[in-house]
Amino acid sequence: MQFFGGSATTEASLLPAAPPGTGAGGPGNNAHMLYIFNRAGVCLLYREWNRPLRTLNQQQDHKLMFGLLFSLRSFTAKIDPTVVEKGNLGVPLLPGQGCSFYSFKTNTYQLNFMETPSGIKLILITHPKTGDQREPLKYIYNLYVEYVVKNPLYVPGTPIQLILPVYHITSYSSSNF
Amino acid sequence: MAPLVPKSGDAVFASVERVNAELFTLTYGAIVRQLLTDLEEVEEVNKQLDQMGYNIGVRLIDEFLAKSNVSRCVDFRETADVIAKVGFKMFLGVAATVTNWDAEGTTCSLVLEDNPLVDFVELPDTCQGLRYCNILSGVVRGALEMVSMKTEITWIRDMLNGDDAYELRVKLLKQVPEEYPYKDDE
Repeated sequence: MQFFGGSATTEASLLPAAPPGTGAGGPGNNAHMLYIFNRAGVCLLYREWNRPLRTLNQQQDHKLMFGLLFSLRSFTAKIDPTVVEKGNLGVPLLPGQGCSFYSFKTNTYQLNFMETPSGIKLILITHPKTGDQREPLKYIYNLYVEYVVKNPLYVPGTPIQLILPVYHITSYSSSNF
Repeated sequence: MAPLVPKSGDAVFASVERVNAELFTLTYGAIVRQLLTDLEEVEEVNKQLDQMGYNIGVRLIDEFLAKSNVSRCVDFRETADVIAKVGFKMFLGVAATVTNWDAEGTTCSLVLEDNPLVDFVELPDTCQGLRYCNILSGVVRGALEMVSMKTEITWIRDMLNGDDAYELRVKLLKQVPEEYPYKDDE
Protein backbone atom coordinates (compact mmCIF):
# COMPACT_ATOMS: atom_id res chain seq x y z
CA MET A 1 0.00 0.00 0.00
CA GLN A 2 1.44 3.33 -1.02
CA PHE A 3 0.06 6.72 -0.22
CA PHE A 4 2.30 8.54 -2.64
CA GLY A 5 1.98 6.54 -5.79
CA GLY A 6 3.87 6.96 -9.03
CA SER A 7 6.38 5.05 -11.05
CA ALA A 8 9.54 3.70 -9.55
CA THR A 9 11.73 6.45 -11.00
CA THR A 10 9.70 9.38 -9.68
CA GLU A 11 9.36 7.64 -6.38
CA ALA A 12 13.10 7.31 -6.13
CA SER A 13 13.59 11.00 -6.68
CA LEU A 14 11.01 11.83 -4.02
CA LEU A 15 12.86 9.85 -1.43
CA PRO A 16 15.17 11.71 0.85
CA ALA A 17 18.73 10.60 0.88
CA ALA A 18 19.46 7.84 3.32
CA PRO A 19 21.13 9.06 6.48
CA PRO A 20 24.84 9.61 5.79
CA GLY A 21 27.05 6.66 6.42
CA THR A 22 24.22 4.18 6.63
CA GLY A 23 23.08 3.63 3.05
CA ALA A 24 19.55 2.41 2.46
CA GLY A 25 19.24 -1.31 2.00
CA GLY A 26 22.55 -2.13 3.57
CA PRO A 27 22.94 -3.03 7.21
CA GLY A 28 22.91 -0.03 9.44
CA ASN A 29 20.60 2.38 11.03
CA ASN A 30 17.54 2.17 8.85
CA ALA A 31 15.16 1.68 11.72
CA HIS A 32 13.49 4.72 13.18
CA MET A 33 11.12 3.44 15.82
CA LEU A 34 9.72 0.21 17.22
CA TYR A 35 6.46 -0.14 19.11
CA ILE A 36 4.87 -3.18 20.70
CA PHE A 37 1.25 -2.88 21.78
CA ASN A 38 -1.13 -5.35 23.33
CA ARG A 39 -4.83 -5.58 22.65
CA ALA A 40 -5.75 -3.18 25.41
CA GLY A 41 -3.66 -0.46 23.78
CA VAL A 42 -0.91 -0.58 26.36
CA CYS A 43 2.46 0.19 24.81
CA LEU A 44 4.58 -2.69 26.03
CA LEU A 45 7.80 -1.50 24.47
CA TYR A 46 8.92 1.61 22.65
CA ARG A 47 12.38 2.25 21.26
CA GLU A 48 13.66 4.88 18.91
CA TRP A 49 16.92 5.16 17.05
CA ASN A 50 16.50 7.99 14.68
CA ARG A 51 13.71 10.42 15.33
CA PRO A 52 14.71 14.03 15.01
CA LEU A 53 11.20 15.49 15.07
CA ARG A 54 8.94 15.00 18.03
CA THR A 55 5.70 16.92 18.32
CA LEU A 56 3.71 15.07 20.94
CA ASN A 57 4.44 13.78 24.37
CA GLN A 58 5.09 10.09 24.54
CA GLN A 59 1.71 9.04 25.82
CA GLN A 60 -0.15 10.96 23.13
CA ASP A 61 2.23 9.62 20.52
CA HIS A 62 1.51 6.02 21.53
CA LYS A 63 -2.21 6.65 21.54
CA LEU A 64 -2.06 8.23 18.13
CA MET A 65 -0.08 5.34 16.69
CA PHE A 66 -2.44 2.77 18.14
CA GLY A 67 -5.44 4.72 16.88
CA LEU A 68 -3.96 4.92 13.39
CA LEU A 69 -3.45 1.18 13.23
CA PHE A 70 -6.86 0.47 14.62
CA SER A 71 -8.65 2.72 12.12
CA LEU A 72 -6.49 1.69 9.20
CA ARG A 73 -7.16 -1.95 9.86
CA SER A 74 -10.89 -1.44 10.02
CA PHE A 75 -10.65 0.70 6.85
CA THR A 76 -8.58 -1.83 4.91
CA ALA A 77 -11.07 -4.54 5.87
CA LYS A 78 -13.95 -2.34 4.73
CA ILE A 79 -12.58 -1.63 1.25
CA ASP A 80 -11.59 -5.26 0.62
CA PRO A 81 -13.14 -6.01 -2.79
CA THR A 82 -12.84 -9.79 -2.49
CA VAL A 83 -15.18 -10.31 0.46
CA VAL A 84 -18.95 -10.03 0.27
CA GLU A 85 -19.74 -9.90 3.93
CA LYS A 86 -18.26 -7.05 5.90
CA GLY A 87 -19.46 -4.98 8.77
CA ASN A 88 -20.08 -1.27 8.69
CA LEU A 89 -17.12 1.03 8.97
CA GLY A 90 -16.33 1.61 12.61
CA VAL A 91 -18.24 -1.41 13.84
CA PRO A 92 -15.81 -3.53 15.87
CA LEU A 93 -14.41 -6.50 14.02
CA LEU A 94 -14.04 -9.89 15.59
CA PRO A 95 -10.43 -10.95 15.80
CA GLY A 96 -9.62 -12.86 12.66
CA GLN A 97 -12.40 -11.19 10.73
CA GLY A 98 -11.49 -9.12 7.70
CA CYS A 99 -8.13 -8.66 6.06
CA SER A 100 -5.26 -6.65 7.41
CA PHE A 101 -2.34 -4.67 6.05
CA TYR A 102 1.29 -5.37 6.74
CA SER A 103 2.99 -2.22 5.66
CA PHE A 104 2.50 1.22 4.18
CA LYS A 105 4.99 3.59 2.72
CA THR A 106 5.21 7.34 2.44
CA ASN A 107 7.93 9.24 0.69
CA THR A 108 9.89 9.54 3.92
CA TYR A 109 9.27 6.38 5.89
CA GLN A 110 7.80 2.90 5.84
CA LEU A 111 5.59 1.51 8.56
CA ASN A 112 5.72 -2.26 8.99
CA PHE A 113 2.95 -3.85 10.97
CA MET A 114 2.24 -7.29 12.33
CA GLU A 115 -0.67 -8.34 14.50
CA THR A 116 -1.01 -11.73 16.14
CA PRO A 117 -4.36 -13.36 16.92
CA SER A 118 -3.55 -12.84 20.59
CA GLY A 119 -3.69 -9.09 20.00
CA ILE A 120 0.01 -8.26 20.11
CA LYS A 121 0.82 -5.53 17.60
CA LEU A 122 4.37 -4.99 16.41
CA ILE A 123 5.19 -1.81 14.56
CA LEU A 124 8.53 -1.06 13.02
CA ILE A 125 9.16 2.20 11.23
CA THR A 126 12.02 2.11 8.78
CA HIS A 127 13.52 3.92 5.83
CA PRO A 128 11.20 3.57 2.80
CA LYS A 129 13.78 1.65 0.84
CA THR A 130 13.95 -1.25 3.26
CA GLY A 131 12.07 -4.19 1.78
CA ASP A 132 9.49 -6.55 3.20
CA GLN A 133 9.88 -6.70 6.96
CA ARG A 134 7.37 -9.44 7.79
CA GLU A 135 10.01 -12.04 8.55
CA PRO A 136 12.02 -9.76 10.86
CA LEU A 137 8.81 -8.81 12.67
CA LYS A 138 8.08 -12.48 13.17
CA TYR A 139 11.56 -12.88 14.55
CA ILE A 140 10.97 -10.04 16.99
CA TYR A 141 7.73 -11.71 18.05
CA ASN A 142 9.72 -14.86 18.77
CA LEU A 143 12.13 -12.85 20.90
CA TYR A 144 9.14 -11.41 22.74
CA VAL A 145 7.89 -14.93 23.43
CA GLU A 146 11.26 -16.25 24.57
CA TYR A 147 12.33 -13.37 26.77
CA VAL A 148 9.11 -11.72 27.88
CA VAL A 149 6.24 -14.19 27.89
CA LYS A 150 8.32 -17.01 29.33
CA ASN A 151 9.77 -14.81 32.04
CA PRO A 152 7.96 -15.53 35.29
CA LEU A 153 8.73 -12.06 36.61
CA TYR A 154 6.85 -10.41 33.78
CA VAL A 155 3.24 -9.55 34.59
CA PRO A 156 1.19 -9.92 31.38
CA GLY A 157 -0.26 -6.66 30.13
CA THR A 158 2.30 -4.32 31.67
CA PRO A 159 5.08 -2.39 29.92
CA ILE A 160 8.25 -4.42 29.55
CA GLN A 161 10.80 -3.26 32.06
CA LEU A 162 13.04 -6.29 32.11
CA ILE A 163 16.51 -5.66 30.82
CA LEU A 164 17.13 -8.86 28.89
CA PRO A 165 14.23 -8.74 26.43
CA VAL A 166 14.71 -5.05 25.79
CA TYR A 167 18.36 -5.69 25.13
CA HIS A 168 17.72 -8.58 22.74
CA ILE A 169 14.90 -6.95 20.86
CA THR A 170 16.61 -3.61 20.41
CA SER A 171 19.99 -5.05 19.55
CA TYR A 172 18.41 -7.30 16.93
CA SER A 173 16.50 -4.37 15.52
CA SER A 174 19.40 -1.97 15.43
CA SER A 175 21.81 -4.42 13.85
CA ASN A 176 19.44 -5.69 11.18
CA PHE A 177 17.80 -2.63 9.68
CA MET B 1 -1.90 -16.17 0.62
CA ALA B 2 -2.58 -17.14 4.22
CA PRO B 3 -0.01 -19.65 5.43
CA LEU B 4 -1.40 -23.14 5.57
CA VAL B 5 -2.57 -24.30 8.94
CA PRO B 6 -0.52 -27.33 9.93
CA LYS B 7 -2.56 -30.49 9.99
CA SER B 8 -0.74 -31.94 12.95
CA GLY B 9 1.70 -30.76 15.55
CA ASP B 10 4.29 -33.43 14.78
CA ALA B 11 6.68 -31.11 13.00
CA VAL B 12 6.46 -28.45 15.68
CA PHE B 13 6.71 -31.02 18.42
CA ALA B 14 9.93 -32.31 16.88
CA SER B 15 11.46 -28.85 16.71
CA VAL B 16 10.63 -27.41 20.14
CA GLU B 17 12.59 -28.00 23.31
CA ARG B 18 11.31 -30.92 25.35
CA VAL B 19 11.78 -32.26 28.84
CA ASN B 20 11.84 -35.83 30.00
CA ALA B 21 8.27 -37.12 30.26
CA GLU B 22 8.78 -38.74 33.64
CA LEU B 23 10.29 -35.60 35.08
CA PHE B 24 7.28 -33.68 33.78
CA THR B 25 4.78 -36.17 35.19
CA LEU B 26 6.45 -36.38 38.58
CA THR B 27 6.83 -32.62 38.87
CA TYR B 28 3.16 -32.15 38.16
CA GLY B 29 2.36 -34.87 40.68
CA ALA B 30 4.46 -33.10 43.27
CA ILE B 31 2.61 -29.83 42.63
CA VAL B 32 -0.79 -31.47 43.07
CA ARG B 33 0.42 -33.25 46.19
CA GLN B 34 1.67 -29.99 47.66
CA LEU B 35 -1.60 -28.23 46.85
CA LEU B 36 -3.51 -30.99 48.62
CA THR B 37 -1.36 -30.54 51.68
CA ASP B 38 -1.61 -26.75 51.63
CA LEU B 39 -5.27 -26.29 50.80
CA GLU B 40 -6.69 -29.44 52.38
CA GLU B 41 -10.02 -29.18 50.55
CA VAL B 42 -10.24 -31.10 47.25
CA GLU B 43 -12.56 -28.44 45.81
CA GLU B 44 -10.02 -25.72 46.59
CA VAL B 45 -7.31 -27.73 44.85
CA ASN B 46 -9.46 -28.07 41.75
CA LYS B 47 -9.99 -24.33 41.73
CA GLN B 48 -6.32 -23.61 42.25
CA LEU B 49 -5.27 -25.99 39.46
CA ASP B 50 -7.71 -24.31 37.11
CA GLN B 51 -6.34 -20.89 38.02
CA MET B 52 -2.76 -22.07 37.51
CA GLY B 53 -3.72 -23.49 34.14
CA TYR B 54 -5.36 -20.22 33.19
CA ASN B 55 -2.22 -18.27 34.02
CA ILE B 56 -0.21 -20.69 31.91
CA GLY B 57 -2.64 -20.51 29.01
CA VAL B 58 -2.53 -16.72 28.91
CA ARG B 59 1.18 -16.92 28.17
CA LEU B 60 1.24 -20.19 26.29
CA ILE B 61 -0.91 -18.82 23.48
CA ASP B 62 1.88 -16.52 22.34
CA GLU B 63 4.40 -19.31 22.21
CA PHE B 64 1.90 -21.42 20.35
CA LEU B 65 1.26 -18.72 17.77
CA ALA B 66 4.93 -17.91 17.36
CA LYS B 67 6.07 -21.47 16.83
CA SER B 68 3.20 -23.20 15.09
CA ASN B 69 2.66 -20.74 12.24
CA VAL B 70 -1.06 -20.91 12.78
CA SER B 71 -2.45 -17.56 11.79
CA ARG B 72 -6.20 -17.17 11.93
CA CYS B 73 -8.92 -19.71 12.31
CA VAL B 74 -12.06 -19.21 10.25
CA ASP B 75 -14.46 -20.52 12.86
CA PHE B 76 -14.66 -22.29 16.17
CA ARG B 77 -14.60 -25.70 14.48
CA GLU B 78 -11.21 -24.98 13.04
CA THR B 79 -10.05 -23.57 16.37
CA ALA B 80 -11.01 -26.75 18.19
CA ASP B 81 -9.29 -28.81 15.55
CA VAL B 82 -6.09 -26.82 15.82
CA ILE B 83 -6.08 -27.07 19.62
CA ALA B 84 -6.58 -30.82 19.50
CA LYS B 85 -4.20 -31.64 16.68
CA VAL B 86 -1.49 -29.02 17.03
CA GLY B 87 -1.77 -27.50 20.49
CA PHE B 88 -2.03 -30.67 22.54
CA LYS B 89 0.61 -32.39 20.44
CA MET B 90 3.00 -29.49 20.75
CA PHE B 91 2.84 -29.02 24.50
CA LEU B 92 1.67 -32.36 25.88
CA GLY B 93 3.09 -34.71 23.27
CA VAL B 94 -0.23 -36.37 22.54
CA ALA B 95 -2.95 -35.31 20.13
CA ALA B 96 -6.62 -35.17 21.06
CA THR B 97 -9.66 -35.88 18.92
CA VAL B 98 -12.61 -33.55 18.47
CA THR B 99 -16.06 -35.11 18.63
CA ASN B 100 -19.66 -34.57 19.71
CA TRP B 101 -20.34 -31.24 18.04
CA ASP B 102 -23.68 -29.73 18.88
CA ALA B 103 -25.94 -28.36 16.15
CA GLU B 104 -24.80 -24.72 16.46
CA GLY B 105 -21.13 -25.60 16.33
CA THR B 106 -20.37 -23.92 19.65
CA THR B 107 -19.84 -26.93 21.88
CA CYS B 108 -17.56 -29.86 21.31
CA SER B 109 -15.57 -32.47 23.15
CA LEU B 110 -11.83 -32.92 23.17
CA VAL B 111 -11.01 -36.55 23.86
CA LEU B 112 -7.61 -37.59 25.12
CA GLU B 113 -6.96 -41.30 24.88
CA ASP B 114 -3.55 -40.99 26.38
CA ASN B 115 -2.46 -38.49 28.99
CA PRO B 116 1.14 -38.24 30.21
CA LEU B 117 0.07 -36.27 33.30
CA VAL B 118 -1.51 -39.32 34.93
CA ASP B 119 1.19 -41.94 34.51
CA PHE B 120 1.81 -43.53 37.92
CA VAL B 121 -1.29 -41.86 39.38
CA GLU B 122 -4.02 -43.49 41.39
CA LEU B 123 -6.55 -41.51 43.36
CA PRO B 124 -6.92 -42.55 47.00
CA ASP B 125 -10.41 -42.75 48.51
CA THR B 126 -9.94 -39.44 50.29
CA CYS B 127 -9.46 -37.55 47.03
CA GLN B 128 -12.27 -38.90 44.91
CA GLY B 129 -13.54 -35.47 43.94
CA LEU B 130 -10.14 -34.33 42.72
CA ARG B 131 -9.91 -33.28 39.10
CA TYR B 132 -6.31 -34.27 38.76
CA CYS B 133 -5.91 -32.79 35.27
CA ASN B 134 -7.87 -29.61 35.96
CA ILE B 135 -4.82 -27.62 34.90
CA LEU B 136 -5.49 -28.62 31.28
CA SER B 137 -8.94 -27.10 31.21
CA GLY B 138 -7.47 -23.93 32.68
CA VAL B 139 -4.79 -23.78 30.00
CA VAL B 140 -7.31 -24.14 27.19
CA ARG B 141 -9.61 -21.54 28.74
CA GLY B 142 -6.78 -19.04 29.26
CA ALA B 143 -5.36 -19.50 25.79
CA LEU B 144 -8.72 -19.11 24.11
CA GLU B 145 -9.50 -16.04 26.13
CA MET B 146 -6.40 -14.36 24.71
CA VAL B 147 -7.73 -14.88 21.21
CA SER B 148 -11.03 -13.32 22.28
CA MET B 149 -13.06 -16.44 22.86
CA LYS B 150 -14.79 -16.81 26.18
CA THR B 151 -15.25 -20.46 26.89
CA GLU B 152 -16.56 -22.71 29.60
CA ILE B 153 -14.80 -26.01 30.05
CA THR B 154 -15.98 -29.02 32.00
CA TRP B 155 -14.63 -32.51 32.44
CA ILE B 156 -16.99 -35.23 31.26
CA ARG B 157 -14.84 -38.31 31.53
CA ASP B 158 -11.79 -38.94 33.65
CA MET B 159 -9.74 -42.13 33.50
CA LEU B 160 -8.80 -41.75 37.16
CA ASN B 161 -12.48 -42.13 38.01
CA GLY B 162 -12.74 -45.28 35.96
CA ASP B 163 -13.76 -43.91 32.54
CA ASP B 164 -12.14 -45.10 29.34
CA ALA B 165 -10.72 -41.74 28.22
CA TYR B 166 -10.40 -38.08 29.14
CA GLU B 167 -13.11 -35.89 27.74
CA LEU B 168 -13.16 -32.12 27.98
CA ARG B 169 -16.37 -30.37 27.03
CA VAL B 170 -15.56 -26.98 25.52
CA LYS B 171 -18.40 -24.51 25.17
CA LEU B 172 -17.94 -21.24 23.33
CA LEU B 173 -19.80 -18.59 25.28
CA LYS B 174 -19.02 -15.58 23.13
CA GLN B 175 -16.45 -14.00 20.89
CA VAL B 176 -15.38 -10.60 22.07
CA PRO B 177 -15.08 -8.04 19.26
CA GLU B 178 -12.02 -5.86 18.92
CA GLU B 179 -12.82 -2.59 20.68
CA TYR B 180 -11.04 0.72 20.62
CA PRO B 181 -9.43 0.69 24.05
CA TYR B 182 -9.21 4.40 24.81
CA LYS B 183 -12.06 6.57 25.94
CA ASP B 184 -12.74 9.75 23.96
CA ASP B 185 -12.31 12.14 26.85
CA GLU B 186 -8.89 10.86 27.88
